[in-house]
Amino acid sequence: MSTRLSTFGRLIDRSVQVKFTFNGTWMRGHPGDTLASALLANDQMLVGRSFKYHRPRGIVASGAEEPNALVNLGKGPTFEPNQRATTTELYDGMTATSQNHWPSLDFDIGAINTHLSRVLPAGFYYKMFMYPRAFWKHVYEPFIRQSAGLGQAPKDRDADTYEHFYAFTDVLVIGGGIAGLQAAKSAAETGARVLLIEQTAHWGGRAMVDAQDAETVNGAPVDKYVDEITAQLSQMPNVTLRTRCMGAGIYDHGYVLAYERLRDHAPETPGPRHRLWRVRAGRVITATGAIERPLSFAGNDLPGVMLASALRDYVVNYGVSAGDRTVIATNNDDAYLTAILLKKAGLEVPRILDARPQGGGALMAEAQALGLRVDTGRAIAKVKGGRRVSKVQICAQAGEGGVLDEVACDAVAMSGGWSPVVHLWSHCGGKLLWDEGHAMFRPDVDNPPRSHDGAGFVACAGMANGAMTLDAVLHDAHDAGQAAAEATGHSPKRSKAPAATSCTAAPLAPVWLMPQGAKQELRAKTWLDFQNDVKVTDVQLAAQEGFESVEHTKRYTTLGMATDQGKLSNINGLAILSDALGQPIPATGTTTFRPPYTPISMGAIGGEARGDVFQPIRRTPMHDWHAANGAQSEPVGHWRRPYAYVRQGEDAHDAVMREVTNTRTHLGILDASTLGKLIVKGSDAGRFLDMLYTNVMSSLKPGRCRYGLMCSENGFLSDDGVVARIDEDTWLCHTTSGGADRIHGVMEEWLQTEWWDWKVYVANVTEQYAQIAVVGPNARKVLEKLGGMDVSAGTLSFMGWADGTIGGFDCRVYRISFSGELSYEIAVRASEGQAFWDALMAAGQAFGVMPYGTEALHIMRAEKGFIMIGDETDGTVIPQDLGLDWAISKKKEDYLGKRAQQRSHMIDPNRWKLVGLETIDGSVLPDGAYAVAPGMNANGQRNMIGRVTSTYHSPTLNKGIAMGLVHNGPGRRGEILEFPGTDGTNYKARIVSPVFYDPEGEKQNV
Amino acid sequence: MSKVISVLNQARFHGIADVTELGVQGMISLRGDLSSARLKTAARTATGATVPEPHRVTISDQGGLCWMAPDELLVLVPYAEVSTRLTKLQDALAKDHALAVDVSDARAVFQLGGPHAREVLAKLSPVDLSARAFTPGMLRRTRLAQVAAAFWMTQDEAFRIVCFRSVAQYVFDLLSIAAQDGSEVDAL
Amino acid sequence: MLILECPYCGVLADETELTPGGEAHLKRFGPGSSDEAFHGYLFERENPRGVHFERWRHSYGCGKWFHAARATDTLEVFGTYSAQVFDPPEEIRKKITAKRPGWTWKDLS
Repeated sequence: MSTRLSTFGRLIDRSVQVKFTFNGTWMRGHPGDTLASALLANDQMLVGRSFKYHRPRGIVASGAEEPNALVNLGKGPTFEPNQRATTTELYDGMTATSQNHWPSLDFDIGAINTHLSRVLPAGFYYKMFMYPRAFWKHVYEPFIRQSAGLGQAPKDRDADTYEHFYAFTDVLVIGGGIAGLQAAKSAAETGARVLLIEQTAHWGGRAMVDAQDAETVNGAPVDKYVDEITAQLSQMPNVTLRTRCMGAGIYDHGYVLAYERLRDHAPETPGPRHRLWRVRAGRVITATGAIERPLSFAGNDLPGVMLASALRDYVVNYGVSAGDRTVIATNNDDAYLTAILLKKAGLEVPRILDARPQGGGALMAEAQALGLRVDTGRAIAKVKGGRRVSKVQICAQAGEGGVLDEVACDAVAMSGGWSPVVHLWSHCGGKLLWDEGHAMFRPDVDNPPRSHDGAGFVACAGMANGAMTLDAVLHDAHDAGQAAAEATGHSPKRSKAPAATSCTAAPLAPVWLMPQGAKQELRAKTWLDFQNDVKVTDVQLAAQEGFESVEHTKRYTTLGMATDQGKLSNINGLAILSDALGQPIPATGTTTFRPPYTPISMGAIGGEARGDVFQPIRRTPMHDWHAANGAQSEPVGHWRRPYAYVRQGEDAHDAVMREVTNTRTHLGILDASTLGKLIVKGSDAGRFLDMLYTNVMSSLKPGRCRYGLMCSENGFLSDDGVVARIDEDTWLCHTTSGGADRIHGVMEEWLQTEWWDWKVYVANVTEQYAQIAVVGPNARKVLEKLGGMDVSAGTLSFMGWADGTIGGFDCRVYRISFSGELSYEIAVRASEGQAFWDALMAAGQAFGVMPYGTEALHIMRAEKGFIMIGDETDGTVIPQDLGLDWAISKKKEDYLGKRAQQRSHMIDPNRWKLVGLETIDGSVLPDGAYAVAPGMNANGQRNMIGRVTSTYHSPTLNKGIAMGLVHNGPGRRGEILEFPGTDGTNYKARIVSPVFYDPEGEKQNV
Repeated sequence: MSKVISVLNQARFHGIADVTELGVQGMISLRGDLSSARLKTAARTATGATVPEPHRVTISDQGGLCWMAPDELLVLVPYAEVSTRLTKLQDALAKDHALAVDVSDARAVFQLGGPHAREVLAKLSPVDLSARAFTPGMLRRTRLAQVAAAFWMTQDEAFRIVCFRSVAQYVFDLLSIAAQDGSEVDAL
Repeated sequence: MLILECPYCGVLADETELTPGGEAHLKRFGPGSSDEAFHGYLFERENPRGVHFERWRHSYGCGKWFHAARATDTLEVFGTYSAQVFDPPEEIRKKITAKRPGWTWKDLS
């Protein structure tokens, strides 16, 4: 059984007990435990079921590489699935449950799949779910959805907060092991700004566990040196140290994402849960160490089979033994460290199986001196057991797996050598070399990720760079630190890496399959990817079926596609693939390493952008008034505009009808503040506007307004609005509500990049003003009641503007109308907007004033046949399509879009053109409906001859009115078209003039 | 002038830094040739401050000048005096190619203060806000999360932030979230 | 995530402060131009793997458009320069030649 030892446990505080539950059972641990170490201390080796076959799985590793121990953590608003027990720090009251089983972890019906494994080979889903086609929707897809995914999605809203942080540094060091610490120190001593981040809560990394008694740095034990260097770094003002902060991804130009877990270990503390550091670093050093590889033997996925290094971690760091009797299987010297440690901890090590015919070096001798039995040239034929290892069958590594011996045990420690953690190096294009001696990929220092200046900006240090002894690690890290500092403009003093004594090891022998000639029945039980259930036979089958590229094999077998991204399985898998393809490993290569290194929370990615600040909402000066007066709002760009002011007893439709009728008969006011307002000034401003608009603006007289259209160079209509000439060289251009920033951008673009010698300045003054449309037959009366300026037809005629005061407010009044009624648009300072609105509402009581929203505005403009950008236009419509030829200058030599409008398909008489549409029965046409003609097109669809662009019920005319684009529309006046609706109704509408109301314009011009 | 209401009516938030909406501030956007003697004189006359170097502000007891772009200044004056000073500025530059417009009401101004003020801003803007890189008198136009903003340092531990009026609430909310209790970074 | 130095205000700007503007040094063709020339102006782009000239705007900063000479394969930036030129300046072209001898782009080399 696995249990808590009375000795060891450097990271735990035995004087304090922490209680937690696993699958509802209360368990105890200590502060400093990870959930994994605490589970082992409670003899909970079985922690989950595998994804495909639902096989029982136990803890394999002790860190970020763990494939099996994924749990659901928390409840309700703090629930989160797929949390790695090995990197989850224990706290009092933690609630964890295991995943991927039903009804329980111990009895799981899905485990039947393990007996079906012969019929569920690689590619099963691809092969099985192809035919019959009809099964897809009702059989296959529901089945796949049921079984897809690990863990459960949270149901409650996340109660935590998250944030980003932009950090800038000369040197970023990722990894706080001895290499990272040394690199940071060597860089910081030059004066460079250094940020050092470590994913765990502790400094020192593997060296704190693995350093042997004979190994020293500057004559001191390794742990003392780590303490000393950490203390030095924490005193340096140019150094920032961060634990619980993982380097998640390296991107272009020195951009790095780091994921800081602020209170996952202490959920009661206030503040954000995670912080995503968005770092710009001059140089990045990845000192990310190495990960031990599993060995591939039959039954290697049984609970109790663990990485040899993980067994050491659990003993040394947490005082936890994984088993009482541990068989060791290895192809290198490091596993002897585990054997020796377990023996010293008083545990049994009945057998060490060293696949190398000659065995190991000094460490083997030390183990033998402790009385441990070492069998060289031996391998595991098969591990036996159910929910836990019970015995190991031993064979010759050179053979096919004939059993020579059996040893009872409850744990197996395996070591297949080490793989440098090259993920971060590779994220942004760093290349790899195959190191034959250590049987591993390591960074190709001549092909680093390159930054904006063309220079490599990432360097690896220590084991991540393939340095495998303490002395080599420190030298490598020192050099990397100095080089990074120098590259960022700092001058390193000539200094040496600290002197270290290291132990040397006998060479490793690559072992990719155990035994080397394992029979089919053994290979079919030999796991490569524990989380996604990929076996040696699956990869071999993929190769046999022609998936020769490692990327294809990965996707076909799902090798390395689980949440652990194959940290344990990738190299073993591609070695098996290479063997099956009969080519060397470097010829096969690796799959692409992609960020993040381990999964990071969605909350951290979103940062502050959730809830009220998910997106900026733009508010007009009267925003709060609208909200307080029943306004239902609608988004217009980032603005929120009142759609309609709904009164008690009304629905939105009723409110819209009332607002239209009241405005047409009495008085309506509209918050038009969102309309874009751009000041265009300069001696070339008129010439500039003549290029921007399709008609002539330079001829406009000061004091007058003119409606204008803007097109893109493609000729398509892009924006419209009323332009007012302010003085000799100043114009004010109104844009659509959503268009101000875009059109301002367009103006700046042409001024800066094409006509840069023209003397024109543009200023966006949209938000300087609250603009209110005062509309209806009583509009003049209310302004006269407020008093202050002459707004009579004689003084301020239609399409004129004037400055003055109304009711004591400084204002600019435009006599323009988008409704067809007598209308004044009045701009006052934004800070006075609410007061002016209040004054209009108060003075308007006598004249039947009501505010109206955007829907009433839309209906009134449609009744008048005025187009709306975004309704009648969609980026493919030219002004000529809309019958707006009157607003296109024939005289001007040039304007933006003019040349495009001369292209053959733009002058094609078959283009769809704007018409009015009136339903025969008065109903409202569905928005976007298509008009159909007899016959089918080449795709077997009904022939289409037009579509609805705007459609409303007009309270003024008491019937449905619409606008649409129709093939040869204006020439078909009176014809009746059919519009099949998605509701099955066949709507019929007659083509009429798009101007439904007051075609002579008598009402607005009074 | 009781009818004048600043956009958030001087709202405040107190966390690891203090956030305050400052109320109305006279602001004129001035575009022109910043090297011309006439513009320099006009800007100084309007504010008592000299035209700043790029990415800097100069402040006097009557106003201030913020460098916004190679051809753009933000002219700070008392709110009540915007009209008169704007007219003077326009008159002084009547013969030049220049544009001066009142943007006082188009902007919101915040004060962000306290020992963690740098960090609060660094959560929202892709700008190096360490003491090595950003010092009092410096100005930066950038983005604050998803909107455009400009900020400058008035003194150590204090920033002035200007954004568009329509997103004042958004910016106030952003700053308040970034200044929430327990969110100290201690890295600048 | 790129960083580009705005040649107008000198800020080393994060990509999130910038707006991309497509290929640089297009010649505008207006009324009177041939169909072919106009089509080229509107639609034909180099889209190279390697040396490229682009337009960017420092939109969240000083608002100025500028040009960048950049390698699309490695993201190396050879330099940024004024938007108000018809061709890349000699100095930028020399820098590119030093790093990518034999480069070509449209009729430049």
